[in-house]
Amino acid sequence: MLKREGEVRIPSGCAISAIIDRGGARFSGADIIESIALMHDRSNGLGGGFAAYGIYPEHKEYYAFHIFYDDNDARVRTEEFLFRHFDIETFEQIPTRKVKSIRHAPLIWRYFGMVPQSKMRKNDYDADEYTARCVIRINNTITGAFVFSSGKNMGAFKAVGYPEDVGEYYMLDEYKAHTWTAHGRFPTNTPGWWGGAHPFTLLDWSIVHNGEISSYDANRRYVEQFGYKCNLQTDTEVITYLFDLLVRRQGLTLETAAKVLAAPEWDVIDRMPDEEREICTALRAVYSGALINGPFSILVGFKQGILALNDRLKLRSLIQATKGSKTYFASEESAIRVICPDPESIAAVDGGTPVFIPFAEVAE
Amino acid sequence: MKIVTAGKRGFRTLNAEVREALETENEVRIEDVNGQRYIGAGLDCGKRLEVHGTPGNDMGAYLNGGTIEVFGNGQEAVGNTMGGGSVTVHGHVGDTLGYAMRDGEIYVEKRAGSRAGIHMKEFREMQPVVVIGGTVGAFLGEYMAGGTLVVLGLDRADTHPIVGAHCATGMHGGRIFVRGEVPQENLSEHIAVLAPDEKDLTDLDRFVHEYCARFGGDAAEILKVPFQKLVPTTSRPYANLYTPN
Repeated sequence: MLKREGEVRIPSGCAISAIIDRGGARFSGADIIESIALMHDRSNGLGGGFAAYGIYPEHKEYYAFHIFYDDNDARVRTEEFLFRHFDIETFEQIPTRKVKSIRHAPLIWRYFGMVPQSKMRKNDYDADEYTARCVIRINNTITGAFVFSSGKNMGAFKAVGYPEDVGEYYMLDEYKAHTWTAHGRFPTNTPGWWGGAHPFTLLDWSIVHNGEISSYDANRRYVEQFGYKCNLQTDTEVITYLFDLLVRRQGLTLETAAKVLAAPEWDVIDRMPDEEREICTALRAVYSGALINGPFSILVGFKQGILALNDRLKLRSLIQATKGSKTYFASEESAIRVICPDPESIAAVDGGTPVFIPFAEVAE
Repeated sequence: MKIVTAGKRGFRTLNAEVREALETENEVRIEDVNGQRYIGAGLDCGKRLEVHGTPGNDMGAYLNGGTIEVFGNGQEAVGNTMGGGSVTVHGHVGDTLGYAMRDGEIYVEKRAGSRAGIHMKEFREMQPVVVIGGTVGAFLGEYMAGGTLVVLGLDRADTHPIVGAHCATGMHGGRIFVRGEVPQENLSEHIAVLAPDEKDLTDLDRFVHEYCARFGGDAAEILKVPFQKLVPTTSRPYANLYTPN
């Protein structure tokens, strides 16, 4: 059994970083590794990970499942489920390099699958919903298996270790993506395990997070009413499900979802023009369970682009820079400048103010 | 002047090399700095560091009378708990500038992030001063207990308000000068907005001239715009936070 998160409290740190090519040009993982490596001291070797968008163009119509297995037995049971519920086009072990510091690796496999037409006729929900339910089912019912990535034309890569070692381990210099996000972990409250490293994903959603969600339990109770299961005992997981619920299932815009999670303070709402005040008041009333409290800076990837969001009181640093067709985010300015020494603009992201960078491929 | 190249190495070896150089030199230039933390921590009187690149968090922490000049932008907690000396940043800085600063002076050419001057304090002749040339983020002077914060707001291309939300939350000592007007909605309770008195004006004249000496600019022109002075109306803003009396 993969060792899941326990009871020991460890104080926090964490680093996040992202590079987006707004023109959709794809580039290797070398730069994102260099950026997150510069913030080595913000993490402690108990978790590192990356999300990459645009890496599987040859399979872009297929859900790409990345799965950790404790043992071969778990793999056999999971594959029995997967082959029954999806048309699997191809599958393989995810290639890795030997890295001295990355130890106790589970078996790591990936599968490219499509929802069979026969299943679609039976169910009254769409392929995304079907797939999300299957992922939640595997993670909750098959012992020793954990789906850590399930989007199309994207993938998460994560492990226990420093992020630069994790990037080396997964050979990310050999992948090409138009968008990369990265995380260096300094676990808050709990020890690290492979599944507990960031990014946290569901379908195309991926979240890397620096901070601590003090409203975790309220948020968890809220999303569990809608069928999600928060069993990783880590706060970031719940943000992934909140975005999936609000945007994919309930159809809110990303901007509105950001207003729910980092809602304007009441005195700011009081000063708004009538219509905006009514909307923001309604959002706070309807979605009080989705309000996130505590310090956070997050980078949210999904099929339309990347969203950067800071908590309202600006308790975590997050810097944004632009050069040419590329936009950069990082917890520290130096982590941007090390890969982009002369940005055209560089400034902190303001608290509670979402910044959305759309993907080029969406316009296609 | 001795030159030390930082590159991408960790902060421990860099700071050890800088400290070693400072044993025989009074001035050291550090080049190609990439986010290394604690540069110039505890730097003594008579010593000067010139920093090129992007120094990491807690630069000049516990500064002990030394001088640091940065050609680049600072990150978080520049001058954390500094006890004296001088910091000049030719650029902008991140959050918590001058955190719990006790003495000395910090001049920042451009914008400062959130919580500049948080928990600054003063004691008799120890009177810390922070001068910010651009605008400043939320929670300026949070829990401020003493010393002087000056915000000039010179960068008009910046779309931020001169001072962000929750200005002077929990402030119970010291003074804040803002060139121009503080947006009323960004001001916390228990804060009085006054016109600077004669001594304040003399001090401001000195701070602005010092700013121009370090970064250029026309002091007389800058001083044409009147300053607002923010001071706490109580020394115990949270006296009744948990108890009614």
